[in-house]
Amino acid sequence: MRRRFTYGAVGALVLAYPLLTAGIPVYQRLGALVLLAAIGASAWNLIGGYAGQVSVGHAVFFGAGAYAALAVYHHFGLPPLAGIPVGALIAVLIAALIGTPTLRLSGHYFSMATIAVAELVRVLITNWEWVGGAQGISGPAVSRTPLDLTFTSALPYYYLFLAVLAGVLWITWRIETSRMGFYLRAIKDSERAARSLGVAAGRYKLYAYMLSAGLTAVAGSLYALMFGFIDPDSGFGILISVKMLIVAALGGSGLLLGPLIGAMILVPLEEISNSLLGGKGAGLTFVVYGAIIVVIARFLPSGILAVLLRGAAPPKSKPVRAEEPHAA
Amino acid sequence: MSAILLQVIVSGLLIGAVYALFSSGLTLIWGMMNVINFAHGDFVMLAMYTAFMVWTAFGGGPAAAVPVAAIILATVGVLSYFLLVRHIMRGPMLAQILGTFGLALLLRYSAFWYFGANFKTLPDNILGAPFVIGSIRIDAPRLLAGAVGLIVTLMLHLLLTRSALGSRMLAVSEDATAAQLMGIRPERMQAVAWALAAGATGIAGALIATFFYTSPTVGETLAIVAFVTVAFGGFGSVPGALVAGLLIGVIEGLSAFLIGPVYKDVVVYLLFVLVLWIRPQGLMGKA
Repeated sequence: MRRRFTYGAVGALVLAYPLLTAGIPVYQRLGALVLLAAIGASAWNLIGGYAGQVSVGHAVFFGAGAYAALAVYHHFGLPPLAGIPVGALIAVLIAALIGTPTLRLSGHYFSMATIAVAELVRVLITNWEWVGGAQGISGPAVSRTPLDLTFTSALPYYYLFLAVLAGVLWITWRIETSRMGFYLRAIKDSERAARSLGVAAGRYKLYAYMLSAGLTAVAGSLYALMFGFIDPDSGFGILISVKMLIVAALGGSGLLLGPLIGAMILVPLEEISNSLLGGKGAGLTFVVYGAIIVVIARFLPSGILAVLLRGAAPPKSKPVRAEEPHAA
Repeated sequence: MSAILLQVIVSGLLIGAVYALFSSGLTLIWGMMNVINFAHGDFVMLAMYTAFMVWTAFGGGPAAAVPVAAIILATVGVLSYFLLVRHIMRGPMLAQILGTFGLALLLRYSAFWYFGANFKTLPDNILGAPFVIGSIRIDAPRLLAGAVGLIVTLMLHLLLTRSALGSRMLAVSEDATAAQLMGIRPERMQAVAWALAAGATGIAGALIATFFYTSPTVGETLAIVAFVTVAFGGFGSVPGALVAGLLIGVIEGLSAFLIGPVYKDVVVYLLFVLVLWIRPQGLMGKA
């Protein structure tokens, strides 16, 4: 009951939001950014939340999507839209390639390997002139055809992102309620126990990772569509990976609407502190950001939605320890 | 040719000793508590700014900056333990990563806000002229950093393996409950570990500042170096960190020299991933 009420309230808010903004561009843009962050974090949630494999390198997939969208425009004159499937395909292939050895690692080892791969890719992209090197690449400045999806108003992006988010959440929900969802949650609780009961843990982790990668690439492409510019830091920077993780964890990782709720809190906070503190240097925004993250980790380790749904204090600390500190 | 190669190797060993020093702090905390401190590189960054402030405030060189930074960072480490780490240790892994990463952002951007984004450097001649031995030229700050790095890392190793305090810490890391029954306070030992680990980054940072640019984001790069060193040497092993640190210093130098400076990070990251994939327990870690 509580769940239905919470989810209904969030859904109503998202649908009614454009009416509430009364056509003020700043708020329309804010709404689009919230949805974009929610798409990325929801994609991350599949592997990081449901399967409990905390990737800190999803920027690889985000960047692949973002670069693909603008590279097809820059090199072949195609609308950036055409880059979305290309980016998603590349991301899925990369996920299969790096996931096979990396997913064998457990706990912190997996997280650190994903950071290293992401940094590796970032350095390589920075030195790859075909995609603009350190300067990055730009998209179409003005819309040549409607297919370019280059709008001055943020409202079309809001609806586009809303549609994509609905799709991502539908996929997530289908998985959550399917056999695979049970497998993933079993792997998260104890991979060894899941294996002993016959769950092909490696295979299902890889499926979740590849799916998560493809959807993250879509988020990256949408970012590139809206901003029309991408460089190594905004595509592959470590903060991109971290933001997906933080948004999901703040809202509630492993919960369907957790990432959306996280985005609804964190993105406005980021934008407000940016505009309030902007003149004093962007640094202070991230100081606030860091402080909030520390407070969440300390007091709400399971996220806001978990508390809302349970209507209670965070669960009692349980002795969660990596039982297999080394590769299985 | 061979003279240049020798120069590269010696420089690599010297910087590697500093890597070993700050990585030993990371490996100590990992081995004892199974917690990764994602703010470790930013601890080094704080120490670098401390050295910079000691210089601007009263013209003190490394002799003044090293103890000051060690004390300040040890305090930061103990505070981080009591205010944050002690609480998130028992929580889900995601909360651990979030907590120390949040701390990293907090420290990094506090420095950004307070000191600005510009690079700061200590004067080149803070320790006088470079040494010349045969065909090899060694800058005095690098020599000092390498020597101190080596000595302090060895001292840390001796402290952990040869002293009563070290035995108590080992007992806590093996079984906190059993250690508590023997009259050892686990929390106190873990706080000591944080003090030692952060103090080591304090010494390392104050030394690095004498020859390296100090910037708010320098911790990001250094943290990855520390991860690589720890993964390579084996999680929880200080001697492993020493060997790995020296090795990585040399590999970095050689790949910068042979392939090109921009690719030195690529080689190190690649090495890291390969080590994790092939031998996750590291060179000297327990299987």
